[in-house]
Amino acid sequence: MTAIKLALRNLIGAGLRTWLSVAVLAVILILVIWQYAIIDGWDRMAVRDMIDWEIGGGQIWTGEYDPFDPFTLEDSHKAIPGSFNEEIANGKVAPILITQASIYPGGNIMSILLKGIDTRQQVSKLPTGKLTEESEDIPAIIASTMARDTRLNIGDYITVRWRDVDGTFDATEVKIVDVFRCDVPAVSNGQMWVPLDKLQEMTQMPGEATLLVLDQDYKWEGDLEKGWILRDHEFLLKEMNEMIRMKKVGGSIFYIILMLLAMLAIFDTQVLSIFRRQKEIGTYMAMGMTRSQVVRLFTIEGAMHSILAVTLGAIPGIPFLYWMAQKGYAMPAGSDSMGLPIADTIYPAYSVGLILSVMMLVVITTTIVSYLPSRKISKMNPTEAIKGKLQ
Amino acid sequence: MENNAIVKINGLVKRFPIGGGFFTALNGIDLSFGKGEFAGLVGPSGSGKTTMLNIIGSLDGPTEGKAIVLGQSVGELSHKKAARLRKENLGFIFQTYNLLPVYTVFENVEFPLLLLDMSPQDRKQAVQEALAWVGLTDKVKSRPAQLSGGECQRVAIARAMVKKPQLVLADEPTANLDAANSHHILQTMENLNRELQTTFIFATHDDKVIQYLRRKISLEDGKVIKDETS
Repeated sequence: MTAIKLALRNLIGAGLRTWLSVAVLAVILILVIWQYAIIDGWDRMAVRDMIDWEIGGGQIWTGEYDPFDPFTLEDSHKAIPGSFNEEIANGKVAPILITQASIYPGGNIMSILLKGIDTRQQVSKLPTGKLTEESEDIPAIIASTMARDTRLNIGDYITVRWRDVDGTFDATEVKIVDVFRCDVPAVSNGQMWVPLDKLQEMTQMPGEATLLVLDQDYKWEGDLEKGWILRDHEFLLKEMNEMIRMKKVGGSIFYIILMLLAMLAIFDTQVLSIFRRQKEIGTYMAMGMTRSQVVRLFTIEGAMHSILAVTLGAIPGIPFLYWMAQKGYAMPAGSDSMGLPIADTIYPAYSVGLILSVMMLVVITTTIVSYLPSRKISKMNPTEAIKGKLQ
Repeated sequence: MENNAIVKINGLVKRFPIGGGFFTALNGIDLSFGKGEFAGLVGPSGSGKTTMLNIIGSLDGPTEGKAIVLGQSVGELSHKKAARLRKENLGFIFQTYNLLPVYTVFENVEFPLLLLDMSPQDRKQAVQEALAWVGLTDKVKSRPAQLSGGECQRVAIARAMVKKPQLVLADEPTANLDAANSHHILQTMENLNRELQTTFIFATHDDKVIQYLRRKISLEDGKVIKDETS
């Protein structure tokens, strides 16, 4: 208790030197918490968006389908199992037919995935209601990123060329009836969505689909017809989770650099302190402190920088972190091409565990960094130290 | 004297390694100090005064011989026991005051009492009493940088005396002070010595100090050449 009291007295007495170290540590503490929360928020948002837009409560694939191999698409179509008719009718299961196609925006050829989706579906946030407009045209919806890349707007017509089930090329014009905002690359990038029945007609695959997306509340428990495979969240989110893990490793490097900077500041402060305060150390010993007590005092002094940083950092930190949670962090332009679902604005996700673990780590690391130079004291000769002679 | 001695030194030798050899700072010292003495180790620079004071203060140990301070043989004490001896029974006054620069006058004087785990109320009372002895009750909130040299040394005296130690060791306490301040602090220490029966041992070559000493032990080349009591 005495050591804590003396350490606090020394720190406060040291004035600007203390407050500079504390300020650096507090800023780094807030930045680390914020950065971790942003990454967590991003990860949660990415998973949430992927579920809401793409994978729903799970998918049922035709056995040949592999989303990472476009050559499998040719054979990835099968008659939709009749056992799903009721769920499809009430929007709980969304059949999707996928084929490769080409469009010619601005005279350039562009390969796309042409996807037909049941317009009654309620499992995805896709605005498929727009595809039901009564018209002679084939309606299509595209994501804003696709619209930007192709310079297409609502009301524009674009020529689409595809191959039907027999491999015969065909082409027609489709009308863009809506441009939607979506952060999931697998739904937005290079994709054009048309009504399922239109695409089945275009490809001569009546009643067929490549995959079925299940509603988040719908649990399939029956036996699947031959040639269809159930893909659950664990399977569908595997790539995403791997990417999140890799991203966390990358984020940790930034975090480690920040921590190293903070620890370097504390280490320097401690080394300088011990170098400059030899006379004071000798006086402590003359007054009856043991060497280990002096080491403890200096270690506590160093560690207290982090305690003060946590306490004082809370004053600007809590409002700042709260403000960020409300306002979110606007991602820089171009970050949507990173391959991971990414919104324009990311909202940091704070948790008690995150905040406590970061604070504990900062306090423990600071204590260790403070202890290392303080060990020099235990080798000091008190009679030399009293005179302030460098040792 | 021998029986009431609080410091007994027998055949004390202190050597310091220098280069490949040794420098003998103290060579066969036999001395004792009784309770309430106002004594001084007198001699030129390099005569061994400070070395002797450091050994009596258990900050250093003898190479040969014995130094028994308050019944404890300094050379045989562990670091912890030596620190305890200093904490409980010894007070130090240094030539350069050695006040803690970031502490106020009150906090500087309070420091030894914090190490003794005294209650806040007792500490406050003791500090006020010590500051009254040295006439600095109006400077409790000042920091050392705001005080004159004489005032700093008076704070150092209050700090050494606040726990009412049995022995105070003062190393050249007036070296950085003018004549008026030197006399002032010496009178203060003399009064405390008479009032509290605290033993004072000085290391000095300052005539102003020497004239106050009731016992003068002259050292030269690490040996006692004269020991006179007035």
